[in-house]
Amino acid sequence: MSAIHPDEINAGRLTGRIPTDPPQVLDERTGDGTLIDDPAVRAPLVLNNRSFHDITNTVCGYVEEKPAGWWLALAGLASGIAGLGTLMIIYLLITGVGVWGLNNRVDWAWDITNFVFWIGIGHAGTLISAILCILKQKWRTSINRAAEAMTIFAVICAGTFPGIHVGRVWFIWMVFPIPNANGIWPNFKSPLLWDVFAVSTYFTVSALFWYMGMIPDMATLRDRAVVRLKASASGPTVLPFITLRVDQLRAWIYGFLALGWRFSSRHWQHYEKAYLLLAGVSTPLVLSVHSIVSFDFATSVLPGWHTTIFPPYFVAGAIFGGFAMVLLLMIPARELYPNMKELITLRHMENMAKIILVTGSMVGFAYAMEFFIAWYSGNKYEADVFLWNRVTPTWINPRGAPYWWAYWAMILCNVVSPQVFWFRKFRTSPLAIWIVCLIVTVGMWFERFVIIVTSLHRAFLPGQWGMFYPTPVDILTFVGTCGIFLFLFLLFLKFLPAFAMSEIKNVTPEASPHDHH
Amino acid sequence: MAKKTGKTYKTTAGEVVYGMMAEFATPGDTYRAAEKMRDAGYKKWDVYSPFPIHGIDEAMGLPNSKLPLTVGVIGLTGAAIGFAFQYWVSTSGYATVVQGKPLGAWQALIPVTFEIGVLFTAFTAILSMLAFNVLPMWYHPLFKKDRFLRVSDDRFVICVESKDANFDPVKTKQTLESAKGYNVELVEE
Repeated sequence: MSAIHPDEINAGRLTGRIPTDPPQVLDERTGDGTLIDDPAVRAPLVLNNRSFHDITNTVCGYVEEKPAGWWLALAGLASGIAGLGTLMIIYLLITGVGVWGLNNRVDWAWDITNFVFWIGIGHAGTLISAILCILKQKWRTSINRAAEAMTIFAVICAGTFPGIHVGRVWFIWMVFPIPNANGIWPNFKSPLLWDVFAVSTYFTVSALFWYMGMIPDMATLRDRAVVRLKASASGPTVLPFITLRVDQLRAWIYGFLALGWRFSSRHWQHYEKAYLLLAGVSTPLVLSVHSIVSFDFATSVLPGWHTTIFPPYFVAGAIFGGFAMVLLLMIPARELYPNMKELITLRHMENMAKIILVTGSMVGFAYAMEFFIAWYSGNKYEADVFLWNRVTPTWINPRGAPYWWAYWAMILCNVVSPQVFWFRKFRTSPLAIWIVCLIVTVGMWFERFVIIVTSLHRAFLPGQWGMFYPTPVDILTFVGTCGIFLFLFLLFLKFLPAFAMSEIKNVTPEASPHDHH
Repeated sequence: MAKKTGKTYKTTAGEVVYGMMAEFATPGDTYRAAEKMRDAGYKKWDVYSPFPIHGIDEAMGLPNSKLPLTVGVIGLTGAAIGFAFQYWVSTSGYATVVQGKPLGAWQALIPVTFEIGVLFTAFTAILSMLAFNVLPMWYHPLFKKDRFLRVSDDRFVICVESKDANFDPVKTKQTLESAKGYNVELVEE
């Protein structure tokens, strides 16, 4: 026993650093024991009958243990990529938007594609924490915290692009209704302004929801640090030559953030009401945000954009892409922290794979419906966009779409690839799910590229026609935001409670006051 | 044991008593103990648990939370303010004809009205949660108790304040112990 932890061996075992557990044996029928088809039997949400204390140790262990080698390596890599992206943004600011490949014909390109891509990814977090909360889906408790964190980081990445794409960034404050000497106010009838309000409200509310959920768990981290401080007079210090103990720093920081939470039932009463209300307003909010993003396009007159199906189509696509990203990150995390498999079971995987299948098929239906309406409406321009700007490859007809490959990549990735989840074998295999999610994430990026660039590159007049080619700055800025996203997520895994401990404890069988005497 | 001096209780060491706490083993024990404490007529007492125990509000006899009402009123007020502000900007503050729409076309103002309403609701929910709970409060007598710090992990505690009219060091201890409470101890201010 060292001073790091009162029961370090247990915690080390739980975080997977000390391998003492026998390797998990998967049952052919029920997988890890959670894939029960019988509706009369409730599948366990936490494996191995873990006690409240085990759950606390597991989740706090991620924060209190020394970072693993893979964590340091990945964090180094991600921060390097993030730094590169930041350099690209600085280069853009001091030079101008001409460093990107967009031009007078295709005047929205990767910037807005990336914006819509990241904003869409941000939708899964609120869906899991709000909509599944209202629907009383108890399995959400082990994925909601990480998904909410992802939401916030994705919105940070998304918000970067509209901010820097305006050219004269020093005027960006004018999107907010700030009183100014010229007496100029924003145009509240513009969907672009609605978007400003939707995205900034979404970020703020998601961050509040996330923080409020973490208050009790940060109080747990605080109390554990205080117990260790009292238990021994010495312990690990911040740096070898600074005598401040790490646990003292934890007690201060988590203690400050926990706001003095003391797990009082009178407090829990108001807390649960506030949580439910936040879930209640977040539900229409999450649906409104991507609807409003789609208004940016739908309210214009450009063929390919001017369509009423956009709001539901965008929302379904956002949930689709968001869940894919949750799985893309959580499946490796689950392998790297082996005991995470006790909290994120195969049933969680299967449930999310089913959501991918449903939303992927909804997106596929929306693609088909766009075609149908292009034909059924009798609108020549609309029909031409789909037939000649998207579908027909240039090697079939030289009149065809130069971006045909982007369109077909989108169909293959988003509509065809999730269909493997009709088979149980694929939706219960983390590797298969991870591969499909990677494909879906690529496909969702292509979807936005197809909508934005292929619609713009051949507008009404041939004089408006032109191609878009990305520059290295375009590419590296996008890669940079991926680095920012990954780095923030790694920081979250290491420094904040990655699972909602109090909520997970509450869904275990022993939490019920009526079943145990 | 604690002695009453004037209005407050003091320990044998002379420290002012905040209350008396007892531990409970399971959520079920805690729930039934809460019913007993409620029926024994205690008013200034609380149950501490690592998660909200299902139905503990009724077991403790707590009145319904006023939080939803507060949030509803302020949220709707926020939405109304948002709408009024946009209407003022569109019709007089910076009246500009856009896309041939009438200046007072209210339909176009709905998305932002909704977003502002949500923003007010969310802030009110979290701020009134803190206000009703008198948080942040970084100091509390219970934090000095080592046993209490385990509540954030897996323990259940009931604490009766010495300010309660029914508080009596001997009788309260008996009540807590008869309700399966253990490790009963005094909490100093």
